[in-house]
Amino acid sequence: MEKKVILIKDTGFKSDTTRDIQSLFLKAIRDIGAEESIQIVRAADLGIYNQGVVVKILPDNTVYTHINSDNIDQIVKAVHKGEVLENLLLKDRVEQTRIVLRNCGVIDPENIEEYFSKGGYTSIAKCLFDLTPAKVIKEMKKSGLRGRGGAGFPTWMKWSFAANSFGDEKYVICNADEGDPGAYMDRSVLEGDPHSVIEGMTIAGYAIGAKHGYFYIRAEYPLAIERVENALKQAYERGLLGKNILGSDFSFDLEIRLGAGAFVCGEETALIASIEGKRGTPNPRPPYPTDSGLWKKPSIINNVETLANISAIFQKGGDWFSSIGTEKSKGTKVFAVTGKVKNSGLVEIAMGTSIKDIVYNIGGGVLNEKQLVAVQTGGPSGGVIPKKHLDTPVSYEHLQELGSIMGSGGMIVMDEDDCMVDISKFYLKFCVDESCGKCAPCRIGGYQMLSILNKISEGEGELEDMDKLHRISQAMQKASLCALGQTAPNPVISTLRYFEDEYKQHIIDKKCRAGKCSKLIQYTINPDKCKRCRLCVTNCPVSAITGDREHGYTIDQEKCIRCGRCFEVCKFEAIARV
Amino acid sequence: MEQNTTATGDVSFLVEKWRDKKGSLIMILHEIQNHYGFVPRDISLQLSKLLDVPLARIYEVITFYNYFKLDPPGKYTISVCLGTACYLKGAPEIVDEIKNLLNIEEGQTTEDGLFHLDVVRCLGCCGLAPVMMINGQIYGKVKRSEVVDILSRYKKED
Repeated sequence: MEKKVILIKDTGFKSDTTRDIQSLFLKAIRDIGAEESIQIVRAADLGIYNQGVVVKILPDNTVYTHINSDNIDQIVKAVHKGEVLENLLLKDRVEQTRIVLRNCGVIDPENIEEYFSKGGYTSIAKCLFDLTPAKVIKEMKKSGLRGRGGAGFPTWMKWSFAANSFGDEKYVICNADEGDPGAYMDRSVLEGDPHSVIEGMTIAGYAIGAKHGYFYIRAEYPLAIERVENALKQAYERGLLGKNILGSDFSFDLEIRLGAGAFVCGEETALIASIEGKRGTPNPRPPYPTDSGLWKKPSIINNVETLANISAIFQKGGDWFSSIGTEKSKGTKVFAVTGKVKNSGLVEIAMGTSIKDIVYNIGGGVLNEKQLVAVQTGGPSGGVIPKKHLDTPVSYEHLQELGSIMGSGGMIVMDEDDCMVDISKFYLKFCVDESCGKCAPCRIGGYQMLSILNKISEGEGELEDMDKLHRISQAMQKASLCALGQTAPNPVISTLRYFEDEYKQHIIDKKCRAGKCSKLIQYTINPDKCKRCRLCVTNCPVSAITGDREHGYTIDQEKCIRCGRCFEVCKFEAIARV
Repeated sequence: MEQNTTATGDVSFLVEKWRDKKGSLIMILHEIQNHYGFVPRDISLQLSKLLDVPLARIYEVITFYNYFKLDPPGKYTISVCLGTACYLKGAPEIVDEIKNLLNIEEGQTTEDGLFHLDVVRCLGCCGLAPVMMINGQIYGKVKRSEVVDILSRYKKED
């Protein structure tokens, strides 16, 4: 009989009864004489939170939650007999659906053999020998895959435009210039499964009739570059790239070009300019890259995550892919769940999963048991989603309705300590820094909005500033040359939409709820709590704290620079921030 | 401190390597920066002659991209991440602390040439926020009070 393993995770337990649980399990096993067939292992983390004591039984992967001492005999007996206890089974658990990340962390990314063992490069063989380019595009249409880089343009449509474009020279470009601060799924895919992207690009090349492709990778990702270089070398050695791939008539070459730190290069026309060795400034569209792209030839630009889906689609079929997700958003999406969340990391879920499930069931909830205030998606081009809309299912349409976007997949959890004015300032500052300066609406509009936000956060704001922010936002959205400028006001618009009160609090009451806007807060010493330890006095960088042991200490508000040092070092919570 | 921004060396082999490829300027600049740690003006001049493109065209590209540097970096480059996750978890305080301790602003090098401070957008390890990196070594979940210790380790090594 196969040996069973019971993994116990008891960190959800408040008191230290953990050892008891483990020894009770051992005792129960001894009682029925199953020491040989059942093993107990204590696990630090099973990825399941707020469910009390959890056990997972291997190899069946059965998970029981909220275990207490009364259930233990029952569980051990059931495991011994190979039965399942329905009443203890984990309920409503949101499972991740891994398509893009299917091989990440599973295979050795430096060994092509391991990719073969997962069915790697069978899709390109199928396309080359069983399908015409038109049929490849038809299958893509069936799958319903949409671009994962942000806007969600249907991938098959892009391919079909390029396929129908006139010209003998065409290009496939992989956009791996992941610039959204707070998203790193592209990096993980390139580092963990580079061959899947290469295979996806080759299929794209076959579909549109391109002989040449480029990886455009951020120079800040040295390991990703190394892994892709290595994967390309192996693919060439095996005849999966180069002349007459797998003995067919189709030839395809791939090269790497490095980005050099410019967020705007995620925009298609700017990215093309950068590959051409120029400043990465965008150009008006049309003409679209599918008509006139790299070196004025028809080109398609697909994001890493999009390309990683493609070989899976041809392994299992477009119908399989379109069976996952919602009506208009098919497949899965990878999110980088970060910020004030217990379990931050990459999460791949089927489209249609609610934001709440992602944050609470997979992410484990908010850090330090604080209150969630909002979730931000889409990075600097996206918006905030307030707590009341957390039940919204993740899809291109739903997020757009709420004034945010899917974007590249950053999902940042914000709690009561985060100030919404400060957040919109942060994102806008990013776009102002990264604006290429070519068009006036983006260059000037962004700067003016930022100075208004600065004014508000310093307590100098007026009510009409909110109106001004709206008007400048509209101008930027309508008149900017590329998506950077068009979407830069989004974080401001969405915080104004959902957190108008917080803006008003800054403007009228001159208060910052979260205590982030340093000009609007004051530190004072509570004499009842102060133990006269002088720790704050010695730590104050501007000697603003004066007094003596007998009479207590006070903070000179004129001198205080609101650095918060005293607040941090005080061991008795005697410093109040108001 | 007078910073030495001149450098000698022959880059014609680089130009040869990329001669048949279109749009290679950025790739050549990457190789130069990898070698020197920055793009020295003398090398740019040489490149301009070899590629037969105006110096202005090369500088236009260098100054557009954040990655390319015109000044030599310090012995240790400190990169503090100001991506969203790090920002929320207190990275601005880390930057302030380093500025105070080393008496430099972002993008500057200390007078002794030991430390260079850069602020970067996302190092791609948001789970460890706030993050800083010194010459490739990542420090995660950094607290303001720990910065002194970390920096002094490098000072001692010197």
